[in-house]
Amino acid sequence: MKIAVCVKRVPDMDVRFKIASDGASVDDAGVKFDLNDFDAWAVEAALQLKEKAGQGEVTVISLGPSSVQETIRKALSMGADKGVHLLADKIPFDGFAIASALAAELKDGGYDLILFGKLSPDSSNGVTGPMVAELLGLPCVSAISRLDIADGKGTAKRELEGAQEIVEFPLPAVLTVDEGLNTARYPSLKGIMAAKKKPLESKPAAIGESKVKIEKLELPAERAAGRIIGEGAGAVPELIRLLHTEARVI
Amino acid sequence: MANIFAFAEARGGELRKVALEAVTAARKLADATGGEVHALLVGAPGIAQKADQLAEHGADVVMICEHEAFAHYNAEAAASVAAERIGSGGYRAAVFATSAQGRDLAPRIAAKLGVGIVTDVTGIELSGDTLTVKHPMNIGKIIATVSMQGSPAVVSLRPNTFPPAASPKAGRVENVQPAGDPAASKVTVVEMITGAGGKLDLAEAPVIVAGGRGLKAAENFKLVEDLADAFGNAAVGATRAVTDDGWRPHSDQIGQTGRLVSPDLYIAVAISGAVQHLAGMRTSRTIVAINKDKEAPIFKVADYGIVGDVFEVVPALTEAVREARKGS
Ligand SMILES: Cc1cc2nc3c(=O)[nH]c(=O)nc-3n(C[C@H](O)[C@H](O)[C@H](O)COP(=O)(O)OP(=O)(O)OC[C@H]3O[C@@H](n4cnc5c(N)ncnc54)[C@H](O)[C@@H]3O)c2cc1C
Ligand SMILES: Nc1ncnc2c1ncn2[C@@H]1O[C@H](COP(=O)(O)O)[C@@H](O)[C@H]1O
Repeated sequence: MKIAVCVKRVPDMDVRFKIASDGASVDDAGVKFDLNDFDAWAVEAALQLKEKAGQGEVTVISLGPSSVQETIRKALSMGADKGVHLLADKIPFDGFAIASALAAELKDGGYDLILFGKLSPDSSNGVTGPMVAELLGLPCVSAISRLDIADGKGTAKRELEGAQEIVEFPLPAVLTVDEGLNTARYPSLKGIMAAKKKPLESKPAAIGESKVKIEKLELPAERAAGRIIGEGAGAVPELIRLLHTEARVI
Repeated sequence: MANIFAFAEARGGELRKVALEAVTAARKLADATGGEVHALLVGAPGIAQKADQLAEHGADVVMICEHEAFAHYNAEAAASVAAERIGSGGYRAAVFATSAQGRDLAPRIAAKLGVGIVTDVTGIELSGDTLTVKHPMNIGKIIATVSMQGSPAVVSLRPNTFPPAASPKAGRVENVQPAGDPAASKVTVVEMITGAGGKLDLAEAPVIVAGGRGLKAAENFKLVEDLADAFGNAAVGATRAVTDDGWRPHSDQIGQTGRLVSPDLYIAVAISGAVQHLAGMRTSRTIVAINKDKEAPIFKVADYGIVGDVFEVVPALTEAVREARKGS
């Protein structure tokens, strides 16, 4: 089984972001970056499938500046076999631009499965996986939280609003991974050492034309400061009064 | 003059509220330039009955595509017929919902047509030929204004952000054929597991009562459910601490890696207010927090906070809400 996993290097979200002087990008100073969580779950899923099959190869692909090699190495240290770095001076915001470059790389790879995260928290679009599937003409199941592969066929679970779908699909296929599919392993020391010797090929990304453009970034309006209205059950009548007269929700 | 396409999402033979939101937003865009709204409704035979509601909210034309194989969400076939309509209709924009269905469908269509897409849109404006949208990034800590050159631009709207509004139009019905055989899709839904009947979904409920780890055990979620029941129009949500422990399904999780919600009223019960949780609910109109720790970060965003033990406060609140609603 040949599996490709597309991984993105994303900023740590637990910070106060600053907008750069151009007004249309985020100031990276002091921001830490790591492998997107959804992509870590996708890598884990690939490794588990390979381990279960007792054979196979897991290729990790990331598009961006040379710093994304660090992210690829992390996936290699978890246990992936090789990396492909698609070099670009920055990671575009436009999903189509990214998807076309990834599709061009994946097209002749002969992969049985191509895995994506459901969403990257920085651009927050959640479009890349289904777009690549469409560009490659492959079946696609998005936002899966359970996965079984047997006899060249897959079964997956998707969470809908208030319901779940069990779907079947043929291979090769594109899947995007939701939380709940698995818990990602941490790289072991041995894994980190081994990763240093694993192949990582770098080549220019064939980025597609951007169809959308960030004109401006702003910090959202702050919510009015919170207010504590009282303690214990004694505060309930006051809460009801405020919900009725001020917030007008009851 | 620019016509706008709206995808009218349905499930199990019923229109979803987000369908009316998409038509309402499309109507506003179309009115900006004197254009028309064309809605597409895909479903099993019988779905055509829902066309009136779309007309009521501003659809000049309702395209109906009925087929047995649309009884469940059929991504490939729905994407094909939608892409064919959108691609041939000369639209400036195609509007979807950022729902499980819309998240799956909209990017496929954008890729088929080779056009731009922005999802989770919280504002949209068309002036002349310039289409700009607001899009929260970095878990809502940054709001981007994005311009979308080229037609049609594909956008999906954040649920509960564009309230459905009546704007009656003719809603001329046009029956359209599926593009290809919908029964031949490679991915097939073999089972649908629906939750308790009639339960409101997080994306649609005007009120959400969410519980956290401070509830201490799965069975104590009854407190949260009872409060939701008392409102009558509330859905139940949870934190990751709770879904990780299996007290609630992952589909109930609100936050960075779960659902994004913005109800009129959000009640956080024994939730600390971690940044990853706030990411999913901070745009709620009114936030109430009940927590025994007065330093809990949730109180920083709560319009109304009560410091106290949820095992004491929540039953009292449930009772009071029942009383208040009886009176109204
Ligand atoms: C990458 C990443 C993604 C994440 N994504 C999400 C996400 O999508 N959604 C999410 O929710 N979390 C997410 N988290 C987890 C998040 O960081 C928090 O751990 C989680 O939200 C905490 O849940 P909690 O508030 O239920 O629990 P806790 O933080 O343990 O808070 C429990 C609260 O209950 C209060 N309490 C206890 N007993 C009582 C009582 N008797 N009466 C009143 N109050 C009481 C306590 O004072 C405390 O404030 C994510 C974390 C990471 C690292
Ligand atoms: N620059 C990138 N390089 C490799 N994979 C990416 C990149 N950007 C996005 N992806 C993949 O697409 C998924 C969804 O990202 P997005 O569409 O940006 O929300 C991510 O979880 C990754 O799997």
